[in-house]
Amino acid sequence: MSKGRNGLRRVVITGMGTVNALGLDVPSTLDAFREGRCGITDLKFRDVERLTIQIGAQIHDWQPETWFNRQQILLYDKFTQFTLLAAKEAVAQSGLDFQGELGLCSGVILGTAGGGLNTWDENYRVVYEEGKNRVHPFVVPKLMNNAAASHVSMEYGLRGPSYTVATACASSNHAMGQAFQMVRSGAAKVMLAGGSEAMLCFGGVKAWEGLRVMSKDACRPFSGNRNGMVQGEGAGVFVFEDYDHARARGAEILAEVVGFAMSSDAQDIVMPSAQGAERAITGAMRDAGLNPDEIGYINAHGTGTAANDKTECAAVAHAFGHHADRLMISSTKSMHGHIIGGTGAVELLACIMALREGIIAPTIGYEEPDPECALDVVPNEAREAQVEAVLSNAFAFGGLNAVIALRRI
Amino acid sequence: MSDIRNRIREIIAEQAMLDVDQVTDAASPAELGIDSLGLVESIFALEEEFDITIPFNANEPEKSEFDISNMGSIFAAVEKLVAEKA
Repeated sequence: MSKGRNGLRRVVITGMGTVNALGLDVPSTLDAFREGRCGITDLKFRDVERLTIQIGAQIHDWQPETWFNRQQILLYDKFTQFTLLAAKEAVAQSGLDFQGELGLCSGVILGTAGGGLNTWDENYRVVYEEGKNRVHPFVVPKLMNNAAASHVSMEYGLRGPSYTVATACASSNHAMGQAFQMVRSGAAKVMLAGGSEAMLCFGGVKAWEGLRVMSKDACRPFSGNRNGMVQGEGAGVFVFEDYDHARARGAEILAEVVGFAMSSDAQDIVMPSAQGAERAITGAMRDAGLNPDEIGYINAHGTGTAANDKTECAAVAHAFGHHADRLMISSTKSMHGHIIGGTGAVELLACIMALREGIIAPTIGYEEPDPECALDVVPNEAREAQVEAVLSNAFAFGGLNAVIALRRI
Repeated sequence: MSDIRNRIREIIAEQAMLDVDQVTDAASPAELGIDSLGLVESIFALEEEFDITIPFNANEPEKSEFDISNMGSIFAAVEKLVAEKA
């Protein structure tokens, strides 16, 4: 068994898939990252005119019948549809077939915050607004937060550990971190991992409006004139595989997952803590056996809110010391929006692109410096740079932090 | 055959993805490939179509007042509910 720096089993990524406002697959999403293309548009759905916030990174013209049959559409909430499409791309790339023994030692861990929120929204409308007294029998199997993970397990015959994680905006990082730990510990040979969110409906956006942290015009992480976050939707799914297993079958290895750490602020339900974030960042590097100066790029949580961005920059500055001025940190939420429980998964694509292609996805919408965010945020244009190791940050409401470390292979 | 019965057969056929003439009186839900979830879905579709409430409990289908042993019994029960509503 080959071992990593920390003496543990090695874990690699052999497949990736996504659906988001930038594209319905990985190649189109990475093209958008390279071009610095923005997926934020005017929202289009029923009653949008009653919202104060009318922009988002929405997947327009989503046609489920292109991908699913009638019965599947009846059973799959949009967050499940997104997940299944992303999983299909990831599994196809990996070339894995889970029939037989492999399925018994493989599973799926996914993150989501809202789960089948569209299903809640549509059916509340039916019973409250329209006064109907009968709902479709599939309401519960559609809306439950584990529906996506369960359907992925059924689609591929994954009969090992499978469940769903809900840690708000850090859900998919927690999910991927747990999947990483499962493979590293030997509890599973292969884990599908990632997350999904489909909150762009009237009730979903209306709830967020209440908090008054949403921007009405643009997502500008780290920019002095930033004025809030912009929601997105979509999914990201990855194949995490035991390194020896991947090597033995001659699989193409996209990156190595080398470290993961979680921490809790234990402080405030919405305000982030720099100390909590820093503990997760340093914890991930320690777990990976990486020195801070080996990290070339960080995919930031970078929501574009006043509080997150300055707190995150303070955490990075403190965790890295002088090296903070040499590393690059960007927020791709400026392009795909904040995909809440699925955001870390979509953002991991930018980490893999950095390692594999030597292209750092930019923070677009950047207009003016903020002395409290005085790091190299790769403003507005993608940059060529060779990096050996990267981090992906996620810091959730509720003070739950999850950071993943990847290395080039 | 009554219009109601024809409409019930069409609904069941659509749920089972079969031709209408395959939905015979003697056929059981299982013979038409309708599983437990499919049965609940069919009952929902019938309730929606005729604006009736079908007394069916998926926990103990055999003890429900609604007899689902074959299509004929389902047709009769739905027709009765529709008649009672009128």
